[in-house]
This record gives sequence, C-alpha cells and structure tokens, in this order.
Amino acid sequence: MAQIQSNEQNSGKGGKHGKVRAKKQSTHIDMTPMVDLAFLLLTFFMLTTTFGKPKTMEINMPVKDPTNQVKNEVNNALTFLLSGDDKIYWYYGELKPETKLTLTDYSTQGLRKLLLDRNKQAVDEIKTLRENALKNKMADSTLKRLEVDVKGKKYALMVLVKTDDKAKYKNVINVLDELNICLVGKYALVDLDMREYDLIKTFQP
Amino acid sequence: MPKVKMPKNSPSLDMTPMVDLAFLLVTFFMLTTQFRPDEPVVVDSPSSISEKILPDKVMLVTIDSTGRVFFNLEGKVMRKKMLGQMGAKYGVTFDEKETNRFALMTTFGMTVQQLKQYIPMDEMERKDFMKKSQGIPYDSLNNQLGDWIRFGRLAEAEISGAAPVDKTKGLRFAIKGDGNANYTAIKRVIEVFQEMKVNRFNLVTTLEQHPNI
Repeated sequence: MAQIQSNEQNSGKGGKHGKVRAKKQSTHIDMTPMVDLAFLLLTFFMLTTTFGKPKTMEINMPVKDPTNQVKNEVNNALTFLLSGDDKIYWYYGELKPETKLTLTDYSTQGLRKLLLDRNKQAVDEIKTLRENALKNKMADSTLKRLEVDVKGKKYALMVLVKTDDKAKYKNVINVLDELNICLVGKYALVDLDMREYDLIKTFQP
Repeated sequence: MPKVKMPKNSPSLDMTPMVDLAFLLVTFFMLTTQFRPDEPVVVDSPSSISEKILPDKVMLVTIDSTGRVFFNLEGKVMRKKMLGQMGAKYGVTFDEKETNRFALMTTFGMTVQQLKQYIPMDEMERKDFMKKSQGIPYDSLNNQLGDWIRFGRLAEAEISGAAPVDKTKGLRFAIKGDGNANYTAIKRVIEVFQEMKVNRFNLVTTLEQHPNI
C-alpha cells in the first residue's frame, strides 16, 4: 500500500517537472488459454462424475426356514431350468412323470416371446394403466402401486427359476432381467429337483 | 451531410463472467468427484435394464469368473473394528500400523492369515499377490466370508448407533459377480448371506437399454 502511494506521488511530481509520461498499461489480459483450460477441466469432471455409480438390480430372497420347506408344487407356474452352454428349458405347471421339457433361448424371439404370451393379460392391463396414467397425469408412485397390484393378481404369471451346476451367473441375470421386462412380478430362485436334473440329462429335441 | 460515423466495435468482449462461472463449476465438480479406487480384480458384470443406483453404504462381495470371492466395506473406523474382531477370532494380531493401512485399502480377497502379509505390500506386489490368491474361503468348513460379513455388520451397527437387532438399517448388501462365473458360486455366497439373515441384495449390473414391449 505504502509503495503504491509513494509511486503515485513520484509520478505526480515527475509530471510537473519533466515530460515523463506515465505508461498506459492496458488492464486487459488475454484470458483465452485460461478459459480453455477451465473448460477442459469442466468437461472432464462433468463426464467422469456422471458415469461413476454402477447400477444394480434388487432382489429379495425368501427367508430360509429349515422347518418349513417352500412348496415347489405350484400348479400354474412356468418353470425355467438353466443349464450350461446357455441352454434354457421350460415346462408349465406341476412336474409330472410325463412332463416334457422345451428348449428355448435368451433371444427376443425365444424367452421374451414366451413370457409375453403367457403373461398377456397382466401385460395388457399394465399397458392400459400406463396409457391412462399419461392421459390423466397420474403420479408416478400411484402408477407403481397399481402396477404392483396387477403383477400380484391371480392371473399374472408366476415363474420359478432353477439352475443346475453348469449354469452361468449371466444366464440367471438374463432371466431375471427378462422377467422384469415382461412385467412378471411373481418369481423365485429355487433349487433344482433330482427329477428335473434327470430330465435335462435325458433331453432330446 | 453529416459524416456517418461507423461505431467502432471492439472484437474482444468481456469474458470475466463466463470465466467466473466456468471456474465455479470446475471447483464444484472437483470437490464432489470421488475417484473410483483401483479394483484388484477385473469383473465383467452382466447387463440389465435396472436403473437403480448402488447405495452409498454398501457391503460389496465380488465374485470373479473363476469363483474367487473378494470383500469390501468402506469406512475407516468400521474397517479397523472389523479387522480387530476378525484377528481376534482367527488368532492373528494386527498392530496399530497394519490396522491403519488396512483402513485405507479397498477390496481384498485372501485368508486372514495371508492378509497379514498382504497389508505391508506395495501396489505392484499386491497385484501379483492377487493373481495367485484363492480369494476368501467361503465353504462351510472355513467360512471366513461369513465372519467378515458378521463383523462388518456389527461394526457398522456400533458406529451408526443402531440396536444390534436392527443391524440392517442403512447398510445394504451388494453382490458383484462376473457374468461368466458359475452360478453355484453366487448361490453359495447368497447362502452365506442368508445364514446371516440377510435376504435382500443388490446385484451389480451394467445398464442396457430398455426394450419397449
């Protein structure tokens, strides 16, 4: 501070005596490189933050209770049997001695078509619900609740997913994902039955 | 005729407000970004349409394509407590320095006995070690994974002040499996969790586009 003042005085005196011109210094600096850098950093941080958190799929397993075995005999359920080499078999209803497996695959034409066909009533109902929700500007939470209601109805499809010892984790995730896409709300991951194991082994297309 | 003066337009414009804003944003992003710590194992998680984001307070069990299991729980105080209890159970003592180093680590996967050698290693040695490691044992004879889960939950409950019964409050459990891992490995990990009365999981997946049906 003091220095600046004395400088001013000096220059004032100088102005009176001689013709010493005060230098006209521009107050503007070229800020372009700084701005470039700032924006570069900005872009970098913006891009890195957005993709930071991984996504997850929530799943609830039934509480394990050794005294109360879960009933696998569900007469209106679709059962998927996952095996190695990305093979997926299914049968409908109860497992009877004459039950035959059908082979399908994880594509849109295979698994998804099957699920959509079997779950048609619930899918249609949810679709109309969604359309109505759009028209009436229904709150998201209300729509969610109504959808859950439909998925829990009696006519909605129920699915059991069973895996043998050769199935891969991605197969299971694929099926669960497909169930979510096809609006199936009732599904469970269950252990494989010995009879089912034999069915896979002796499967002939 | 008066002379028509063309206004002299300066080609430079005042960029100060823009720069101010830019720097404000840079500072904001710099402070809020959390860099992902270097994960010791490469896991290629399968994709799903789920858009739920991994919760903040999470206990993460990673399973690689060969079925090795790794464990991670973040939070320095929690990790210290957890390591202390784990060491006490398996008769391995960790001194102050080792505990502090452990608190700053991320995912690990080896037996408690091996952990003692692993802690003082540097980055390169750790990478080599991880390649040879068998992961955390999780079979019913030597269920160290179960103990890590139990002590991790206890430590979390103690710190967050929840009653021991209400252990699950806040803490979530995530499983990050490699798509090519055998499902039996994941099934066993889920079983270990269920033995600890955990029935709700977050399966880590990568996002794929929702097909309109």
